[in-house]
Parts: sequence; C-alpha cells; structure tokens
Amino acid sequence: MTAVAQRPAAVRVRRGGRAAWAGAGLAVVVVAVLGYLPLLTTRGTQVQLVGLFSLVVLGTMWNLLAGYGGMVSIGQQAYIGIGGYGLVYLASTVGVDPFLAVPVAAVVCAVVAWPISYLAFRLAGGYFAIGTWVIAEVVRLLVTQVDALGAGSGASLTGFAGLEPTYRIAYVYWMSLGIVVLVVGGVYLLMRSRLGLALTAIRDEPTAAGSLGVAVTRAKRLVYVAAAAGCGLAGAMVVANTLRVQPGSAFSVDYSAMMIFIVVIGGIGTIEGPIIGALVFYALQDSLADLGNWYLVVVGVVAIAVTLLAPRGLWGLTRGRVELFPTGYRTGSR
Amino acid sequence: MSWVNAVVQGILLGGLYALVAAGLSLVFGVMRIVNLAHGVLAVLAAFGAYVLGDTLGLHPFLALLVVVPVMAAVGYGLQRGLLNRALGGGELAPLLVTFGLAVVLQNALLEAFSADSRRLDLGSLGTASIPVTDGLAVGVFPLLAAVTGVVVIAAIGQFLARTATGRAMRATSDDRDAAALMGIDGRHLYGVATAIALATVAIAGVFLGARSTFDPAAGGTTLIFAFEAVVIGGLGSLWGTLLGGVVLGVAQAVGAAVDPAYGVLAGHVVFLVVLATRPRGLLPSAVTA
Amino acid sequence: MSALLEVDAVDVSYGDAQALFGLSVTVAEGETLAVIGANGAGKSTLLKTVAGVVRPRRGDVRLDGASLSGVPAHRRVGRGIAMSPEGRRLFPSLTVEENLLVGAHSRRPGPWALDAVYALFPLVAERRARSAANLSGGEQQAVAIGRALMANPRLLLLDEVSLGLAPVVVAQLYAALPQITAQGTTVLVVEQDVHQALAVADRVQCLLEGRTVLEGPADRVDTAALSAAYFGVDA
Repeated sequence: MTAVAQRPAAVRVRRGGRAAWAGAGLAVVVVAVLGYLPLLTTRGTQVQLVGLFSLVVLGTMWNLLAGYGGMVSIGQQAYIGIGGYGLVYLASTVGVDPFLAVPVAAVVCAVVAWPISYLAFRLAGGYFAIGTWVIAEVVRLLVTQVDALGAGSGASLTGFAGLEPTYRIAYVYWMSLGIVVLVVGGVYLLMRSRLGLALTAIRDEPTAAGSLGVAVTRAKRLVYVAAAAGCGLAGAMVVANTLRVQPGSAFSVDYSAMMIFIVVIGGIGTIEGPIIGALVFYALQDSLADLGNWYLVVVGVVAIAVTLLAPRGLWGLTRGRVELFPTGYRTGSR
Repeated sequence: MSWVNAVVQGILLGGLYALVAAGLSLVFGVMRIVNLAHGVLAVLAAFGAYVLGDTLGLHPFLALLVVVPVMAAVGYGLQRGLLNRALGGGELAPLLVTFGLAVVLQNALLEAFSADSRRLDLGSLGTASIPVTDGLAVGVFPLLAAVTGVVVIAAIGQFLARTATGRAMRATSDDRDAAALMGIDGRHLYGVATAIALATVAIAGVFLGARSTFDPAAGGTTLIFAFEAVVIGGLGSLWGTLLGGVVLGVAQAVGAAVDPAYGVLAGHVVFLVVLATRPRGLLPSAVTA
Repeated sequence: MSALLEVDAVDVSYGDAQALFGLSVTVAEGETLAVIGANGAGKSTLLKTVAGVVRPRRGDVRLDGASLSGVPAHRRVGRGIAMSPEGRRLFPSLTVEENLLVGAHSRRPGPWALDAVYALFPLVAERRARSAANLSGGEQQAVAIGRALMANPRLLLLDEVSLGLAPVVVAQLYAALPQITAQGTTVLVVEQDVHQALAVADRVQCLLEGRTVLEGPADRVDTAALSAAYFGVDA
C-alpha cells in the first residue's frame, strides 16, 4: 500500500435514486390511467384486462415464493382453486356480498395454508415442488367429492344477481386493479422490511442465515402463507371475472406452468420481472392462440432458454441499471 | 375375496411404481436433481412403443428392444446438452429446466397424438391369468411387470454396489471435485446416470401403457406416484422405494375397491400420513442420501 | 535428470484476489520437492493448478514437456498426475477399499494396487471394510495417499499431509515416502511443517504471497534464511 487513508471514506447507503422516484411516479400514472379505463373501454376489454391482472398477481406470488423465499412450488393451484371455490360458496350458497367474499376467500386460503406448510416443509427442493403438487391434487380430488360445490362439474357464481353487467364488470375490474396494487405493493413493502432482508439472506445462504439467528422456517412459512392468500385472491378474481369455477381448470397444474414462465421470462427475484413476464405471456397467449398446444411448447422452450442463457430474465437484461422498485441497498463512497 | 384380490393387484402395481421411482431416485442420488420431466418421459416411451406397434406391428415387448436404448441415448444427450448446464445455475435452474421440458414434451405429444387415451396391445398375454384359488387369479402380465420391476431395481442396486462405474457414481455423489481428482469425468458420469434412469423409466412406461390406458397428460400422475413411492419408502433407499411402491399400489387398489373415485386419493392420503408421522420414510437409508 | 513437471510463470486468481504471481516451479523426474510457506502463501493453489482444479490466467504447466493447458483435472490423472488433496476428501459413503478402488479409476498400469497399498499401510488393510467416515485423521490421510497411489502416478501431489495430525502420526506417514519414491515416483509435497519437509525432500522451495522467496537443496538450506523467508522478514 502506498497511501494510507487518514480516515475511512464516508460511506453513503442509499436505496434506488432517481429511477425509483420515476418508478413511483410511473406506477401512479399507470394505475390512474388503468383506473380510468372502464369509462372509456368496452366490457370485453375490461374482462381481458382482469385476465392480465390475474397473471400479474400470480406471477408476483410465485416470485415471492421462489425468487425471494427460495421455494419452487408447482402446487399453488391449490390456493387458486380454494380462492375461486371460496368465493362461489360464500357468495352463492352463504349469501355473502361477492366483493366481501373475495378477501374472505383469501383469508381462508391463508388459514388452510398454515397447517399445510408444516407438512410441505418436511420436503426440500424438488421434492418440495412435487409435494405441493400432490397437496393440490388432494384438494382437487376432495372438492370433486363435495356435491355442495358442484362435484366434478363445478359451480356458477350467482351472487352478482341484480347488478347490471356493465357495473358488475367495471366493479370487478376496479377490484382486480386494487388487488394488483395491493399485492405488488405488499410484496414491495415486505421485501423492504426486516423480513425481506432476512429472506434475501436465507435465499443466498440458508445455513449461514440460520446460524445468524434468522428464523429461517418462520420466515419461509410466512411467505408461503402470504403467497397462498395472494393466489387465493387471483383465483377469486378469475372466478368473479368468468362467473364459473370447475375443478379441472381451477386446480390445473397449467397455472403453475404459467406462473413459472411469467417469472422466469420476466426476471426472477425482482418486483418488475413478474409484471413484465405477465405482459409478455399475455401477448404470447394472444398472438399464438391459433397454434393450439404448440404455443405452450414455444413458451416452454423460451423458458428453458432463458433459464440457461439469461437467468435474470428480460428485466435482468437491463443489468440492474434501472430499479424502479428497489428492494436492496446500494453502498458507495461519497 | 375381492379384498385379497385388490391387495394382490396393488402389490403387483407397486412394482411398476417403484420402477418409475428408481430412476427418479438414481438421478437425485447422484446429482441432487429432481427431474420433473421424469413422468412425461415414461409417457414418451409408451408412445414410442405405441408408434412401433401401430406402424410395424411390433409387440410391446419387442418394442422395448428399440425404445429402451433410444431413451437411454436421449437421457445421455439430455444430460450432456441441457441438464449439466442447468446444474451450474444454482438450485432453481434444474427444477425450472426440467419443468419446462415436461411442459414442452407433454404439449408436443398432445399435438402429435391428441388427447385420446390409448393402450398398448399385448395380444393374448393381456388376458392370460394363473388361477390361484377359486375367485382369485393373478394376471400373467401384471405378474411379469412386477417381477421386471423387482429385477431392474435389484440390477440397479448391484450396479451401484459392485461395478466400477457404480462406485464412481457414489463417489461423485459424495464429492464431485474430489472424484475429478481420481480421474472421474462428472459430466459423463451424470450422462450415464440419466441414461440408466431413462432406460428404466422407458421399461416402466411401456409396462404401464400396456397395463392401463395412457394419454399425453399422464406424465403428471406418473411423476407424482413415483415421488410418493420414494417418500413413503425413504429417500436414498432402493428397497425402501420398492416397499413404498407396494404400499402406494395397495392403498390405491384397496381405495378403488371401496369406490373407484377413491383409488388415487387413498394413495395420496397414505403418502401424507407417512409424511406427517414418519418423514424419513418407512425404510430410511443408513447413509443420508 | 530431465524435468518432469514445469510450472512456468503462472498467475492464478480467485475472482479479484490473485494467489500466484508469475510463479515457476520445476520438478525433475524421480525428485521429491517440498514447497513450504505460511498460510496463504499459495502452496495449495500451486497444487490445484498442477492438478487442473484451477486454471492459470497466464503461464503454462507442462508435464514431460507437453502443455497441460486445456486438459481438465480428470484427464490429468490419466497422464500420471494424482493428488492427495488438502483435508483428505475421502468419499464418506464408500468403504476404505472402495475409496482405494476409486483411485484406480483411470486404470493406469504400474506397481500400485490394493495389496501394495495395504503392504505400505498395514493399518489401512485392517480398516479395509470400514466406512471411510469412521476413521481417525491419520488413517484418513493414509487412505488418501493410498488412493492417489492407486492411480500409479508419475507425479504424486501431497497437500498438507500433517494438517491436524499429531507429530508421531505425521512421522509415520512420511516414513512411507521412501518406499513410494523407490518406485521412481516423482513427489511434489506441500507442507507447513518445515522440519518434516526438509527431512523428506531432495529440494525445497519457499513461497511467500504467491512468489518464490527461497529455494535450494534440502540438506544445505540455511535455517535462519529459511525461517526469514517463511515469515517474510528480512534476515
């Protein structure tokens, strides 16, 4: 060493910067424009956009599990189905207002997920993944046994009776937009909290995080339960949009495929990634609709290629230069 | 008598589940990958035998002579070309890649063969049975399938225990870098492990396809049953896997005897009960795999 | 005597941290060279570079005049380089005998086989059926050396044989070295224990922070100069 520093260089710890303010501004503008849309667009457009919103929520939840929690689940359809069925049962059979039934259905998912996590967490890695799938299958098989839920043929959401379709669709749209803001914002705040820091530590080095006193299992359980509630919201959103729930589609493993592709293509472990992934997936779904099942072949090949060649996804191609929703800290000398 | 029959059928079915599971276990044991495409690859093999039967009129057993080596080659290529790369990408990458592969294969099969259910035609062997007592007869083919399962599992066990390549696989599983210092090429060895896994899953897929109907979407349940057999038996123990397969097969057969709708569910429930009460399985291996 | 191993001006880095700076090491056929130095001097990195575990950024490693650049670790065994790595690295789920057999994976012909290793280390023969996980440190080290010998190497690399072992055990292990070199095997040993290194080696080379600071015949080295070089203080 030629020169010895007189005193340690002042270190400034900061988060984001100008891009983050731009991101916050952009988010507000986008939500405001989206909120205004029902006054301008057709009902069909709104129904389609709710479909897109559900993809954003699902992608964000799967990213929370895998990208932040390090848990690859291929069984989140358990909670998508419970959310959808919960809404139908509460609204059509019990008679709860559908807009109240949606959050209640999400709470039901969380309550169910809590004990299930004790079972699922006995498995790790790939075996955890298949284990979650088995649990989803069990839920599906049980639901098809219940006549009150329409058994194998499913049930319709009748709770909106009396509401004119134009209003119903607009209300469902606004509710869905609200859920997107809640879920994306919630994950953002979660990741900026102490828990987020702990999760990052766990993901990067579980053994060390455990010895540093981070309650690994408790943090993971919280993430698992939160993701279940979020997937329940998405499931309820889909059913409020289509007014119909069926065991085959509500508990379909295709949801897991969709979520994984959205997150992988968009960029795992970022807030922005799943949103971009959902947009890309939605566009692909639309433009490749004529290809039938080849479209899933294409999406699958793209996901494999992205995983191997650009593991940080589309958003990662910005190389972390831009962080609209910064969850980490940066340090630098003043 | 129908209960005894259900148990017997379940035991025989369990041999096949264990055979699917053996490949899953082998790959996990050697390189810590859970191949989520394992089930779809079994279905792929069944479709391979179906095409050979449909076009050349080959009996499923003769088709095995083509399908098994082809699947072994596919396994080696898959490992060298795709999975070895994924191994360098952290814990998530192999799961994402194999899941992507499962989706690609399943939908490609769906496009090629439609969603129709098919079954491999065994000819007269399909109906032949050995009477044991009044009212209880054991089908020749299910018996053959179960015996094949046990023989293949025993062969894998002997391969790992006695051959130089099997020993090298266990060494690589312990410490890949140290194994490289002994002259062992990990990438090649992983290729061999996946080739063996796909050869065995090909046998299992063809037998399952002859035992009952299959369609392109059957890969999911196949993977799940194999996984349940592994967990019920205990991770890392081949004979445990066989026991797990039998327990699962019996649970399904007895459940189905109560009500056809309960067959698969009963298997899941037994799996969950074992997971809750004996998370290390019924026959945990002495060395943690 | 011709040079069997030539390490020619290699730079090796782990990420941003450079471990070797233009280091050159030459070992003649049949010679035993001890490389000594304090922690972090780059001794283990040198062995890993020769074994092919790490790739030099600059410079070349040659065996018998042929460059080894681009030859992966597992192929170098076939060319006659075998290593007993730092920390032994036995395969815990294999028995002692299986560990030795794995060492023979490359099937190089030569004097070393199970019975020869068992004759060299009678204690290992007694433990042959035991799991490698249930051995004492000295036994593990003996198995690790035996495992490397099973490859019938022309060049044997021994990394920190003495690490964590009682002096009497270390002496026992090194007592076997003459029987190994008697077969014509060239040995490159890395040691922190200077006295042990001087006792077994023909020549000694001392490293400090990735560079050679002293080298010479083991029987004529000046201990004061050596300890100065070892600790990096001016004599």
